[in-house]
Amino acid sequence: MTPFAALLRKDLRVELRTLRSLPAMALFAVTAFVIFRFGLDRTTLDGDLAAGVLVPTLLFAALLAINRLFVAEREEGGFDLIRLAPVDRTLLFAAKASALVIYLVVLELIAVPIFALFFLGSGAGLLPFALILLLMNIGLAATGTVISTIATMSSARDLLAPLILLPLLVPLVIGAAGAGEHLLAAGGPDYGGFGKWLGLLGLYDLIFLLVGYATFDFLLED
Amino acid sequence: MTALQSITLRRLAIATLVVMGAGYALAFLYAPQDAQEGFAQKIFYLHVPLAIVSLLGFIVGGIHAIRHLRTGDPKHDARSYVSIHISIIFGLAVLLTGAIWAKSQWGEWWEWREPTLVSFLIVFLLYATYYPLRYAIEDRDRQARYASVFAITAGAFVPLNFLAVRLAQPYIHPRTFSSSGGLPGEMLLAFLVCLAGMALLWVTLVWFELDAKAASGNLAKIRRALEASA
Repeated sequence: MTPFAALLRKDLRVELRTLRSLPAMALFAVTAFVIFRFGLDRTTLDGDLAAGVLVPTLLFAALLAINRLFVAEREEGGFDLIRLAPVDRTLLFAAKASALVIYLVVLELIAVPIFALFFLGSGAGLLPFALILLLMNIGLAATGTVISTIATMSSARDLLAPLILLPLLVPLVIGAAGAGEHLLAAGGPDYGGFGKWLGLLGLYDLIFLLVGYATFDFLLED
Repeated sequence: MTALQSITLRRLAIATLVVMGAGYALAFLYAPQDAQEGFAQKIFYLHVPLAIVSLLGFIVGGIHAIRHLRTGDPKHDARSYVSIHISIIFGLAVLLTGAIWAKSQWGEWWEWREPTLVSFLIVFLLYATYYPLRYAIEDRDRQARYASVFAITAGAFVPLNFLAVRLAQPYIHPRTFSSSGGLPGEMLLAFLVCLAGMALLWVTLVWFELDAKAASGNLAKIRRALEASA
């Protein structure tokens, strides 16, 4: 088994055994939908309002997992072990980011159908929207992993990650909500600007994967 | 060394004063009154140079951060910190002058359809987290390294964010200037001199704060030596 696969498997196994992040994320998302139902006083949503409820809810749910991403490493000394191990430390970045993408995909597999059931008239736009969400997840995982490491090693802990991440994630919200506005429109999906948003999300993913790859090593130095 | 530096700093301060004075004299006395906006348009000579210098300052902070991670020299971290610090102060002035300009031009204190202003707010909110980040990490080396990673991440974010907000506009709001090329010659000259003055002001302030930091560091060192010998 490659070191990357070992690290990723360890994270997924820990999550499966302890269920520390995923159930909380799903529960948070579903409860947020209920809150929005009363906050907006609407029983159906479409277009920009649908995207505006769904995308930020997924993002806030993602923050729960991002806050917990390195807690085990900090508490159980995992950081010291990866420093001692004869492997490239950037592999930890790759493994954590991949784990985060997997958590987010699972979250979306639960939360998006529930959102559709609650609010959407038709699910026709959801398939192309899944591609948008996947690109959003990769960007979220790239910045989330870097900022989570910083926050975990600081004394402010859970406070710092949302504070830094929310402005950093604005381009992802712009891209995902911009595409969602057309894909979730009342009269069926409309592909206006689809390529533009795909391009923006792809560019974001590329830039922050590179930044994470280049800087992660310095976060683990001691 | 320090004496030489303080002479250079004094010269720099005088140059800043002269260029800024000349710039604003040109802006008020030489450049023509804007036909549509009248006198209120003069804030352009303050707001736009502030914004350009502040954004470039954030990028400069990111470049110093890259140098710091490469060399591990705390000097570069200090430069990165001070660049970002001064740019945040400039950024606050950008948001205030932007709001005043929006009020005079569109009758509203804030205009969500003006992509540059909104992008700037997001960048400002991101950099505002730089202080809590630094103060939440006690170990000095780690604080410097983490602050550098933040400065690089945020520096890469600045241009991307401007692109994203621009794409999000259903249409581009009518703007006073599409680019500096659209300005009449007299206005452009006044604007460029103001921009140079603002850039000089930024460099002077950064230099001054770095000097002050170095001086207080030396003072602490001398004090410790005195206490040890006493």
